[in-house]
Amino acid sequence: MLNRQGRPTITGDAAPVAASAAEHRTFTGNRALQQIEPLLFEIGSTERCGVDLDEPAPFTARLGALEAAAPVDLPALSEPETMRHFVRLSQKNYGIDTGMFPLGSCTMKHNPRLNERMARLPGFADVHPLQPVATVQGALAVMDQLAHWLLTLTGMPAVALSPKAGAHGELLGLMAIKAAIAARGEGETRNVVLVPESAHGTNPATAALLGFRVKSVPARDDGAVHLDDVVGLLGPDVAAIMLTNPNTCGLFEPQIVEIAAALHAAGGYFYCDGANFNAIVGKVRPGDLGVDAMHINLHKTFSTPHGGGGPGAGPVVLSERLAPFAPVPFVRKGADGQLSLVEQAGEGEAAQAFGRLTAFHGQMGMYVRALSFMLSHGGDGLRQASEDAVLSANYVRASLADLLTAPFGDRPCMHEALFDDAWLKDTGLTTLDIAKALIDEGFHPMTVYFPLVVHGAMLIEPTESESKVSLDLFIAAMRDLAMAAKRGDAGRFTGAPRHAPLRRLDETRAARQPVLRWTRPQPVA
Amino acid sequence: MRYLPLSGADRAIMLERIGVSAVDALFADAPPECLRDQAPDLPRRKGEMAVERELGRLAARNVSAGSVPFFLGAGAYRHHVPATVDHLIQRSEFLTSYTPYQPEIAQGTLQYLFEFQTQAAALTGMEVANASMYDGSTACAEAVLMAQRITRRKRAVLSGGLHPHYAEVTRTVCGFAGDSISSLPPDVAASEDIISQIGPDTSCVVVQSPDVFGNLRDLAPIAEAARRAGALLVAVVTEAVSFGLLTSPGAQGADIVVAEGQSIGNALNFGGPYVGLFAARSKFVRQMPGRLCGETVDADGRRGFVLTLSAREQHIRRDKATSNICTNSGLCCLAFTIHMTLLGGHGLRQLARINHANAVALADRLAALPGVTVLNHSFFNEFTVRLAGRDAADVVERLAARGVLGGVPVSRLLPGAGLDDLLLVASTEVNTDEDRTAFVDALAAVLGEIAAC
Repeated sequence: MLNRQGRPTITGDAAPVAASAAEHRTFTGNRALQQIEPLLFEIGSTERCGVDLDEPAPFTARLGALEAAAPVDLPALSEPETMRHFVRLSQKNYGIDTGMFPLGSCTMKHNPRLNERMARLPGFADVHPLQPVATVQGALAVMDQLAHWLLTLTGMPAVALSPKAGAHGELLGLMAIKAAIAARGEGETRNVVLVPESAHGTNPATAALLGFRVKSVPARDDGAVHLDDVVGLLGPDVAAIMLTNPNTCGLFEPQIVEIAAALHAAGGYFYCDGANFNAIVGKVRPGDLGVDAMHINLHKTFSTPHGGGGPGAGPVVLSERLAPFAPVPFVRKGADGQLSLVEQAGEGEAAQAFGRLTAFHGQMGMYVRALSFMLSHGGDGLRQASEDAVLSANYVRASLADLLTAPFGDRPCMHEALFDDAWLKDTGLTTLDIAKALIDEGFHPMTVYFPLVVHGAMLIEPTESESKVSLDLFIAAMRDLAMAAKRGDAGRFTGAPRHAPLRRLDETRAARQPVLRWTRPQPVA
Repeated sequence: MRYLPLSGADRAIMLERIGVSAVDALFADAPPECLRDQAPDLPRRKGEMAVERELGRLAARNVSAGSVPFFLGAGAYRHHVPATVDHLIQRSEFLTSYTPYQPEIAQGTLQYLFEFQTQAAALTGMEVANASMYDGSTACAEAVLMAQRITRRKRAVLSGGLHPHYAEVTRTVCGFAGDSISSLPPDVAASEDIISQIGPDTSCVVVQSPDVFGNLRDLAPIAEAARRAGALLVAVVTEAVSFGLLTSPGAQGADIVVAEGQSIGNALNFGGPYVGLFAARSKFVRQMPGRLCGETVDADGRRGFVLTLSAREQHIRRDKATSNICTNSGLCCLAFTIHMTLLGGHGLRQLARINHANAVALADRLAALPGVTVLNHSFFNEFTVRLAGRDAADVVERLAARGVLGGVPVSRLLPGAGLDDLLLVASTEVNTDEDRTAFVDALAAVLGEIAAC
């Protein structure tokens, strides 16, 4: 019989009176689009396979005595199960494409898909690093063009492309400095690196790894590094300073030129942490500030995707004084325009090269994406992007200044706005509570508790990718949260997040009894 | 500009809210003489079509591996990557997310890292693995630094079968860090006596298998000798597919295993980005570099994952950290995990068998050519041939001119070592019988056209 009733609607009197989402339990534990997804090992089996592989023609193995008796004990999923497993996992992640991701110091800007398409051209993606150079002239041209853009934008004379991340670039820069100092015959005596208290943790970690003694430059109330403090630490034992500019408080270091000059006069080098270069591209050239070495996070400034934590790329621009010590490999342009690779340290133009930092030529996939980003913007667009990033950060800062507290008063910031937790005094709430409540509001939280020198720091970096509508919604949400915190609505915060796939996780337990892999359950006797 | 949402009107309203008249007022802390009033001297913005044309032209100037018979290896291998892998890693929520510092909204990343750690530990035969490193070569250097922290000894011994680039990265990084590195000479025949090099000051011995010349090495006696001397065995694997068919380094007694994971899920990419595997015995976990993901529960008691043991890391420990590393190789690591999910242990074994079978078939055909000798007694999917008296680099250039990418001349990795007549040849599942025939025919022709030097 035909159904003549039509579809029931959920409006009007027939609408069910439901418990709130948090109270409502489902049989499966799933909540519509939010699905519980087991580990692949719990749903897979060693009997299944997601690829079809033919049996090879008969052959006589030449594995000596080293052939394994049995396959590795790892379950597989079929192809549809694999799709579903990883799609469901992806749905538990927040990305830039999901919503505003104002994670200070990390620069979560739009990742254009054109860059992905370009990096996947077979001429770039399907090329082996050790092919004859005549067969990779286009790849070398990408490296050469990327270098040209980086040098023009920074006003520096040389660049080493191979580092695989910002911290890897720091390693390169400090190694070049150490090699230069050794070449001057001061290797034994110049062994101190000055690092401001506000610096990224990688700075002191890098210096210490290379055997430098780290001396801290104290933080001042205005968030800047003071010339007097640096001069007071200078001496014949100082190899370098590692200074971030704009710094981690989101400020352009006002005395940076004087600090660089003082360091040079004392025989040291200026390593600039370029993590925040995105604020000044096309506006200020680090070369004009006296920089000797600076890494550029292509994944921040030039928008190669962060990918949940990598891969990144950290080319390092170098001054004339440091350029001879750059590691292999690098691209050489012949008189005939042919490009080649210099791959051996210790000979020819690499006579003073300090060695090698990675097996091949660096992050080609990231070079293509970054170059695609640069070509799309042009010099004019890159400058506009920096201005918009700074404008948006100041807009957020100015729009929240009456409710939140800023450690350095009303002065303008660069690409990120920094607040402290003084405004939470007497509310019983912490910076972490604000972050978790922002999750419920549909935003990725800002960076919290960094820089370390600011109590309960909240570092907000909107980037140039946010529309004004989006900024206004974030500002409105932050204002609402701030007012709720001040009027004592603690419940909105301490239980947050309530709407995320999971609620707050027990990190202490994870560290105390580390479970770092799945193990096959033992059969119950 | 298509990537910039702010309009001129928006900017004006925003400047008014801030209380300045022009954006340059926000750059007031920059020295005025350094603040540029013009855009940099670079081309202006371009539309999508123009960028595609420009980069497409550059891409077309490269010979892509898939367009010719292709036999290069030496630490980077061409394998078939299932379509599923590349589709999934481009999901926005994976591609555009950050390091999972807010675990409530990053369980996708965290769970696959946990799955990756499980896979990496199982493949290497070790108890724990981290959430990946930049690549195999940097992982190798980090392993030597870790061995130094554990043993408090300063001298590492590198096998002559270790990939020369890995050895050079390790010498560079560890040399700067104050370690002394003893590198054994290139060991084409896998006949070095590395055990005699282990002394009371040795932190670790670093041995690659399959080694850079393709030989399979029995690690067990080296592990035993290292153990007796209080040193560690660091095992290196540059071809991760070999895990499918060979006795794992862990089963042979390795203390730390590092590997290049590019072969599983990742394209050649002209050398990067790749993904390093790093695994160790669990008693060393607190000395490991890089990120670790661990299991825990949320406030409602549900299972979840977080980054853990971060007291080792730079953002907490600063100059006392175990390493300065603050990223892993996220998306490449995800590609590895997805491809391994499709394969499983059985699929990987079958894939490895096909690789080995293809390499055996190629070795037999090459060995039948006059003037060509296969040097290996054992190998997985790569081996070394001697081209009696010919310069292998010259041969490779001539093969390329004939449309065959026929291997890596040893002199590219070890110039001046007197190994100019040696060629490294790899064969994977992507090679067909037609590829082999094209290679063998081209090589015969090239050897005929150049006299022995």
